[in-house]
Amino acid sequence: MSGAEFTAIRLTAELAALTTVLLLIIGTPIAWWLARTRSRLKPLWSAVVALPIVLPPSVLGFYLLLLMGPFGPVGRFTESLGIGRLPFTFGGLVVASVLYSMPFVVQPLQQAFEAVPERMLEAAATLRASPWDRFFSVALPLARPGFVTASVLGFAHTVGEFGVVLMIGGNIPGQTRVLSVAIYDHVEAGEFGAAHRLSAGMVAFALVVLVTLYVINRPLRDDAATAR
Amino acid sequence: MRLQRPGFTLDVALALPARGITALAGPSGCGKTTVLRALAGLERASGRVAVGGEVWQDDAARRFVPVHQRPLGYVIQEAALFPHLDVRGNLHYGRKRSEVESNRVALDGVIELLGIGHTQARRTAALSGGERQRVAIARALATGPRLLLMDEPLAALDAERKAEILPYLERLHRELALPVVYVTHAMDEVARLADHLVLMRDGRVEAAGPLVELMARTDLRLSRQDDAGVVLEAQVVEHDPTHGMTRIGFHGSTLWVGEAAAPPGARVRARVLARDVSVARQRPGETSILNVLPVVLESIQRERATALLLLRVDGGTLASEWTLLARITSRSVDALALKPGDALHAQIKGVAMM
Repeated sequence: MSGAEFTAIRLTAELAALTTVLLLIIGTPIAWWLARTRSRLKPLWSAVVALPIVLPPSVLGFYLLLLMGPFGPVGRFTESLGIGRLPFTFGGLVVASVLYSMPFVVQPLQQAFEAVPERMLEAAATLRASPWDRFFSVALPLARPGFVTASVLGFAHTVGEFGVVLMIGGNIPGQTRVLSVAIYDHVEAGEFGAAHRLSAGMVAFALVVLVTLYVINRPLRDDAATAR
Repeated sequence: MRLQRPGFTLDVALALPARGITALAGPSGCGKTTVLRALAGLERASGRVAVGGEVWQDDAARRFVPVHQRPLGYVIQEAALFPHLDVRGNLHYGRKRSEVESNRVALDGVIELLGIGHTQARRTAALSGGERQRVAIARALATGPRLLLMDEPLAALDAERKAEILPYLERLHRELALPVVYVTHAMDEVARLADHLVLMRDGRVEAAGPLVELMARTDLRLSRQDDAGVVLEAQVVEHDPTHGMTRIGFHGSTLWVGEAAAPPGARVRARVLARDVSVARQRPGETSILNVLPVVLESIQRERATALLLLRVDGGTLASEWTLLARITSRSVDALALKPGDALHAQIKGVAMM
């Protein structure tokens, strides 16, 4: 395997790991809110979060490019901060990946939070746990399977993205040239052997990850299901 | 406290005794659980809640103490043990969050009281239904609450499991000076455990008072139920081991009941159902019925086929008076030409020890 390929693999892993961590931090409160709210705006916000599942990656990439470009509000903001422009940088890729993989993290978390029985949280409240305490000591542990699923799906989905990367990141080795783009390059150049090496590796990786997920991720049994 | 919901209005003003078990009973949908949840602060009703001089809610003063700052214990039908913690973890969950208050109770004592010493390291999924509920009660007690709220704690259990837990609840009642509000629709639990009774209907209080008094009233819906009957706080007089029976004394009268485990002198609770009491004008001569008491007929509540009689058992003095309920057929009322003031003999077919 060439050094360029290693660089692409390392870059992909870094991008996916960073994206997953950021998404768990951002996605948890969003998922909690969506799971517990009685707001009439819930369908709207659910739809916004789910948009990247439906939209072609190029649409998302296009608008992100406009927003983060020199004439977009985000672009002007980052320039005023002295960061420069985000498109065609690793930072830009992270921002795009976070948005693109959002539903794959938020939805499993939301489902896991919805499955936490209200009576468990109320029991914690009557046992002197404050709202934050209840969240960390009851809701999070009970939603653990959702966190495992969300992390794996978020990571895997970011590894697998292509369209958004191409629109936002381009193809800069060591900066934005991730695995999927590297495979595309190999195919374009007729290097089918190299393309096979990376592609087969991706298939194996995906398989291992998903099998592991299904094996380890059995939900905790709730008392209502086992009582009597 | 007041609460408005579509199709339901709760309007309740209650002063509950600071000791003993108060049962909150009534048909489903009468608002008894809502009252309990509002006491705990899980539900936001408007009004005022004060417990033993401490104000937990007072809308006039814009005061609402959040649930987790109220020194209470709350036990629900489903137990709601935390599945990610073992039994010990569950017991310590509330305890370590209420250090000041929980110092007042010894955890070992609570574990012993509820007989769950053998379950400590088990996962909650490995507990039986009865054990789950005992752990849930212990978990609540371990926080050193000043008020214990229980919402149909036995409703999810079969008769056998229920019989397993009831003695623990009675022990709790005897050994802890902790006021308990106990929501249930099961009159047998009420008769066995409660000192005070609050009857609710359609979001309102129908009647409230000492259990023994309320159970002997004929003007409440309670008396129309098939299991209507009086509760006696009696004392064991003597045992008859040959026949496996016990004589209990109550206000100067004595009754033979099935053998009780308590020693002579001990206080026991017995229940005489109205349907197990019949009356006769003459003292029956030779009868298999052991308990025959002279009574005076106080009142007759007639329905179509049956009538409920309120009988005064007269021991001679005012202090030795008590009441019995008897349900007989309307036909018998007419056949015997019964009217208030008649001197009769009550034949008690069965006395249930609680």
